[in-house]
Amino acid sequence: MPDHSLPPPEERPSAKKLLAMLSEPRTAARMAILGALVLCVVGSFAYVGGWLSPGLLTPGRFADGFQEVFGVHPGFRRNHAKGVCVSGYFESNGQGTRLSKARVFEPGRAAVTGRFSLSGGEPFAVDGPAAVRGFGLRFEPRHGGQWRTAMVDIPVFAVGTPEGFYDQLLASKIDPATGKPDPAKMTAFLAAHPETVRAITIIKAKPFSSGFDNATFNGLNVFRFTNAAGDTTPVRWSMVPVDAFAPEGPADAQDKNYLFDALIARIRRGPVQWHMIITIGQPGDPTDDATLPWPDTREHLDVGTLTLDSVAAEAPGNCRDINFDPLVLPDGIAPSDDPLLSARSAVYSQSFTRRAGETKEPSAVTPAEVGQ
Amino acid sequence: MVLTMLFIGVAMVASLADYHLLVSIHRPLGIAILILVIIRYVNRKLNPPPEFIATMPPEERVAAHYSELLMYAMMFALPLIGWGMLSAARYPIVLFGPIHLPPILPHSPMLYAVLRKTHTIVAYLFFATFIAHFSAVLFHTLIMRDGLIDRMVPWRVRGPEINPP
Repeated sequence: MPDHSLPPPEERPSAKKLLAMLSEPRTAARMAILGALVLCVVGSFAYVGGWLSPGLLTPGRFADGFQEVFGVHPGFRRNHAKGVCVSGYFESNGQGTRLSKARVFEPGRAAVTGRFSLSGGEPFAVDGPAAVRGFGLRFEPRHGGQWRTAMVDIPVFAVGTPEGFYDQLLASKIDPATGKPDPAKMTAFLAAHPETVRAITIIKAKPFSSGFDNATFNGLNVFRFTNAAGDTTPVRWSMVPVDAFAPEGPADAQDKNYLFDALIARIRRGPVQWHMIITIGQPGDPTDDATLPWPDTREHLDVGTLTLDSVAAEAPGNCRDINFDPLVLPDGIAPSDDPLLSARSAVYSQSFTRRAGETKEPSAVTPAEVGQ
Repeated sequence: MVLTMLFIGVAMVASLADYHLLVSIHRPLGIAILILVIIRYVNRKLNPPPEFIATMPPEERVAAHYSELLMYAMMFALPLIGWGMLSAARYPIVLFGPIHLPPILPHSPMLYAVLRKTHTIVAYLFFATFIAHFSAVLFHTLIMRDGLIDRMVPWRVRGPEINPP
């Protein structure tokens, strides 16, 4: 503790002297400089923090958009709210080391925790053919290099930018009067987004599968793989099922969780598998637009097999408490210039932060349903 | 460096396009500050700072002394809370490439939520303390021109002395 005792009085300007000083024009000018400097710092802080731009689309406002459309369901994800946990392992065949030095591609097994989900922010939604199915995965190779990915069962994304995603989200909000989205809003959205019209055509051209187990899940966004030699390649990845494709049927009116229940029954019969297929981009292939597919002639590389042998209801410590942030990447995998990637990471994080602090309630797919 | 961190912090939570880049800078920079603040604090204990200058009344000395202590405490706490909250959320704590830090807390979303909020509150408090400190130093340097800045910087900043009354 330093000595705070008073110095000799003659060394300190009196209050009166100080006031007289402040009224001098020269001092007043300096005072103005002082004020301007402080205001400058505080102002730039407020500016970069987004407080001066109320119209700016921030991660928080994005999450608010989900809440506006689907309501607030404490403890659940703001999107892909309904889900079930799975686990198993990924057996790498070593082929991936050609493209990436990530440990997960070295020959051998990595433990995997995953989550199957339905798109939308309603945690007790009734299963049906309309919802896009999601698949989040976390790979944990034994010697580090954790990797997370969140995939869906459509071949391209319907929007190419975060702003497009947000506008589509709001346009698809259910009008309580009709029980359907306002068609005028969706028409206006599609008129402003020709890329979405093109993407929907591609999505609709590919038939959907009957369940989670026989669906192909795609990473959609482009990433960059870097191998041990330092060569970087643009890639996309897919999980291609071993289970035979069967076309999607109508919804089961008797069971509101019929898609999840079929998956649970399938895993209880035996392990369910997917091949991890890397699609290798060529120079000139678009890397910044998830609505654009790459030509079918691109090289596909099978890098290993995913095996899921266990399923569980969402519970503390399992997939419920994992944020499948697509930018949790190991050394050897990096994001592309696709603007959706950083935005997904930011909004997933916002959703995770909100639900982490909320009281949790049991999920729609309960332990009893899973047979735990 | 510390001020840059505060700016990166508020910018990243408000940004969609630059979120990933800013978070990738925020993490290693935070750990660097944690190390530097420990070194600086030890150095301060070994080489005490110059005495307060004569023109500061006792109440201002107390304020200056405790605001300095508070800023040290917050510079130390902020990176630790950040490290702790990422641990509680079970995010990998990546510094550069394959260099990771181990988790320092158990996996608990509720703990993460509390620490995440604390991280923000302490950061705002730090910014407010910085602004108060900054304004006071500017006041001494520009208005009183009493050479207080010489206590802070390694070079001499000379202005005209205030004439004694």
